Amino acid sequence: MSLFLIVALPFLGALLPGLMIQAGRRICGMATLAVTLTALVGLLSHLPAVARGEVVQARLPWLPDLGLNANFFLDGLGMMFACLILGIGALIIIYARYYLERSDNMGEFFTYLLLFQGAMVGIVLCDNILMLLIFWELTSLASFLLIGYWKHLPEGRQGARMALAVTGMGGLAMIGGMLLLGQIVGSYDLTAILENREAIQASPMYLPALILILLGCFTKSAQFPFHFWLPHAMAAPTPVSAYLHSATMVKAGIFLMARMWPVLSGTEAWFAIVTTAGLITMVLGALIAIFKNDLKALLAFSTVSHLGLITMLLGTGTPYGAMAAVFHIINHATFKAALFMSAGIIDHEAHTRHIPALGGLRKLMPITFVFATIASLSMAGIPFFNGFLSKEMMLEEAAHTTLFDTPWLAPVLATIGALLSAAYSFRYISHVFLGPVRDDYPHKPHDPGFGMWGPPAFLTVLVVVIGVAPFLAEPAVRLVTSAVLGNAGELPGGHLAIWHGVTPALKMSGIAVLGGLLILLAWHPLSRAWEATPRPEAKTIFDGVIRGSAGAAGWLTQRLHDGSLTRYALIFMVAVVALGAHAWFTGTATAPNRELIPLEPLPAAGWLLLVTAAVFLVFIHRNRLLALVMMGVIGLMVSIAFNYLSAPDLALTQISVEVVTIILMLLALNFLPNTTPVESGWPRRIRDGIVALAGGIAAAGLTYTILVQNPVMEPISGYHLENAYKGGGGHNVVNVILVDIRGFDTFGEIIVLGIAALIIYALTEALLRGPVRARLIKRRPDQPRSGDAHPLMMVVVTRVMLPVMLMVGLYIFLRGHNEPGGGFIAGLVVAIAVVVQYMASGFAWADERIRYPYHGIIGSGVFVAGLTGIGAWFAGAPFLTSAFGYFRIPPMEEFELATAMAFDLGVFLAVVGAVMLSLHSFSRIARLADMPVNEHAMDIDPSREMPQSHPSEGRTEGGT
Amino acid sequence: MELLMASGIGVLTFAGIYLVLRLRTFPVIIGTSLLSYAVNVFLFSTGRLVVNQPPILRDGVESYTDPLPQALVLTAIVISFGMTAVIVMIALNAFLSADDDHVDDQPHGAFDVQRKQRGATMGSDLPAGDAEDEVRA
Repeated sequence: MSLFLIVALPFLGALLPGLMIQAGRRICGMATLAVTLTALVGLLSHLPAVARGEVVQARLPWLPDLGLNANFFLDGLGMMFACLILGIGALIIIYARYYLERSDNMGEFFTYLLLFQGAMVGIVLCDNILMLLIFWELTSLASFLLIGYWKHLPEGRQGARMALAVTGMGGLAMIGGMLLLGQIVGSYDLTAILENREAIQASPMYLPALILILLGCFTKSAQFPFHFWLPHAMAAPTPVSAYLHSATMVKAGIFLMARMWPVLSGTEAWFAIVTTAGLITMVLGALIAIFKNDLKALLAFSTVSHLGLITMLLGTGTPYGAMAAVFHIINHATFKAALFMSAGIIDHEAHTRHIPALGGLRKLMPITFVFATIASLSMAGIPFFNGFLSKEMMLEEAAHTTLFDTPWLAPVLATIGALLSAAYSFRYISHVFLGPVRDDYPHKPHDPGFGMWGPPAFLTVLVVVIGVAPFLAEPAVRLVTSAVLGNAGELPGGHLAIWHGVTPALKMSGIAVLGGLLILLAWHPLSRAWEATPRPEAKTIFDGVIRGSAGAAGWLTQRLHDGSLTRYALIFMVAVVALGAHAWFTGTATAPNRELIPLEPLPAAGWLLLVTAAVFLVFIHRNRLLALVMMGVIGLMVSIAFNYLSAPDLALTQISVEVVTIILMLLALNFLPNTTPVESGWPRRIRDGIVALAGGIAAAGLTYTILVQNPVMEPISGYHLENAYKGGGGHNVVNVILVDIRGFDTFGEIIVLGIAALIIYALTEALLRGPVRARLIKRRPDQPRSGDAHPLMMVVVTRVMLPVMLMVGLYIFLRGHNEPGGGFIAGLVVAIAVVVQYMASGFAWADERIRYPYHGIIGSGVFVAGLTGIGAWFAGAPFLTSAFGYFRIPPMEEFELATAMAFDLGVFLAVVGAVMLSLHSFSRIARLADMPVNEHAMDIDPSREMPQSHPSEGRTEGGT
Repeated sequence: MELLMASGIGVLTFAGIYLVLRLRTFPVIIGTSLLSYAVNVFLFSTGRLVVNQPPILRDGVESYTDPLPQALVLTAIVISFGMTAVIVMIALNAFLSADDDHVDDQPHGAFDVQRKQRGATMGSDLPAGDAEDEVRA
């Protein structure tokens, strides 16, 4: 099976449980199991090749320019982890099927579980560190969902947040580290990175990259000082704890350290950081675990401790250490998953996991007792169980490790760790299962059904088999170790065996077991002493840090984002002008080399009008109506300037947009106050004036500098001029650019325009349904209304004009391809023609006669334009390729038809719809639904004769 | 001519910035409209100023003005209409909902005093967002 499929299967399968739960819990569980087993079978189909030492690959360039490729590879290390993830995953699914109560939503649970599984498989199989980062973050997210699965429990939610905060933070650090690594090597492919040990370790970026990557690994694998999240994640349902927090997710950090071992390990920094963190975690985790009274908390801290052990082994940087680490990963996954499941069984059956409330379960739950004991003894490091073998190797490795120039430090700490580990393992057996049967259990416990004890029992069988016959596991361990070592180390000799003679490791092991028993005997006094010792509580510290940073972020946000738009605008303007000034004074500009256009009186007069209007506008802006008039003058001058400067299309567009803009503003002004009150004092006005002046001078200077020079490089416009007719079949180059050469841009733009109109429509809808409605009805117009709202002359003239204006619109549309005009301008002209009817004859009258809703017109416009583009596919050409030809229908002249015309029709429709929908929405505010509608235009408003009665009724429908 | 163009853009920018820095929505909207004129004309002028050479292909005519900035500005003009309409709508919405057309958040006390001065009596629909934010912060 392709590696792509193996990774994709859990993700695709994640859809199944949610659907299958409708068919019942059994079907749901089976469907989930089938997904995982299929992926597992697919994985195992590669086993022979991997066992031969081959590396299976699947490559797919995705964004090769960014170095992002969907590459996957499968070697021994990936194989081991993928087997653990899918194999234990399958067992967990069986177990969870029976563990979850009827009230739990099993579909949701299995969906999250499969998402997590897919992300984990992705991590261990992917060959691109950018992809790896994505999968890495996905595991954090999926684990967040799983830990917080019982949403009603506050501990679950808090634990989920803490886990996400810690692992997410580490993930962010790791992104930095991975990018550095990619920069050093020049490739983001893992296989390429793994071959560049010398280059990476010689780089000055090695240390930052190492620290950042280790931050990611340590947070994920709960290494000191980030170990505190793991116990809080135990609020999750037990299958999650068993799966994520013993066998898989917390091993992701370990996996990455093993994966990166060939390139990162072996340096002073690696040794010091990783070994130290591992040793501290191992001892500290074990120490806390002994005195935990919650079964799952005990197991959680023991997991922390064992992860520390593996980290320490990887940190030593020797091939033997790597081999011991690999072996312990397998062993730990088997016995710890079994232990977690046994804890879940006890919780499920006795309704408590508080150790002091338990004891004597040996007689009540014999099956559970057997496999929990075997798993515990393995964890304690007792011979004939697999934990013993890897613990021996660990002690052996520690005995040869010199930390901080102190030869005894590592062995002593390792022995203490092993001793404490033995102690809590013994306590698990003794305080839960041994002792007299009690009669005060919250629920009378008994062994569960096979579905729940089968999976842990299966794992226990593995514990014993590997423990008794380590040579069976040896080929796998050697294979995986060689994959870890890559070409950075020689596979160590020797065999996995129970008996190596009386070695220092055996002595240390003996001390550990004896010491563990002693601690168990003296547990009660020791526990009292432990409870009496003051200890820092990680959750309090974490909450404090979170509160502190949330407070600081809030403070900073309040400072930066204080709700004053004016201030943002001021800061923005000043910053832009300052940056521009910096560029102006430090940059170089070539001397003026362009022949200037001589000044003529007509443009000078236009300029004078524009400047006067703008300056006047600044001074009289408080009179809003007058300000609009000035804006109209400016708009008019701008369009005349466009016309003068060889841009007839722009002139037409500007002038028609000007009309609709002013109408729009007038509609708004109907409700807004007509004057702006004086609020800012002189200092503020002078300050704003100075900023504005600086901005104005900057804009003028920049424009002038550009205008007096020829382009530095040849513009691409020559291409457009040449190809407008040849490729687009049109003489109006601007129109050809719009509908053909850059048609895709235009397509996007009409969509934006449509969205803007729909936003306006939606806002109006919300406004008219909300509390504002009452206010609008009560509102009294602030100015006397005209009694003759729809003057006879105007109505007649506009109605006569309508066909003429539509004809002009059509004409402008049709000639657009070859003469100034086109869809945009035609759309605006037609919109104006319709708006005029609204204004003259009244909203109700006009609205009744509109047959198609404006949303529909926008939609049809986008649809027609899109369809025209798609049409090109059928001719085998890319989206929006146009075609044109010349036709002749006697007795008419020969004429041209181009597909671009259909596209332009789409533009036309979208523009008409968008403009009309906007103006229509504004008018609707003016005209409230429950106001009486005059049926006929040209009515004389009778309310004018009795202004006291209903002044608001006198308001016109159009509102203009 | 170039000097007129540059100074015209400068004056439009000046008026636009000054109005954008005002405290009420309407002048700010007018200011942004003036800034869009300035920006549109500036973008257009990057094709350099040319008189009487419209980019309409004719037989026998060799030189045309740069059509590309024109095409870009044409859509920009239409889009700026759409955007102006949206902000006008937002401003109108805000004014009708809160009876206040300041662009800045008003301090709590000041806002209430203003409402009283204006004689607005409908306090029930006062947005409660501020109080909630206080609690959250």
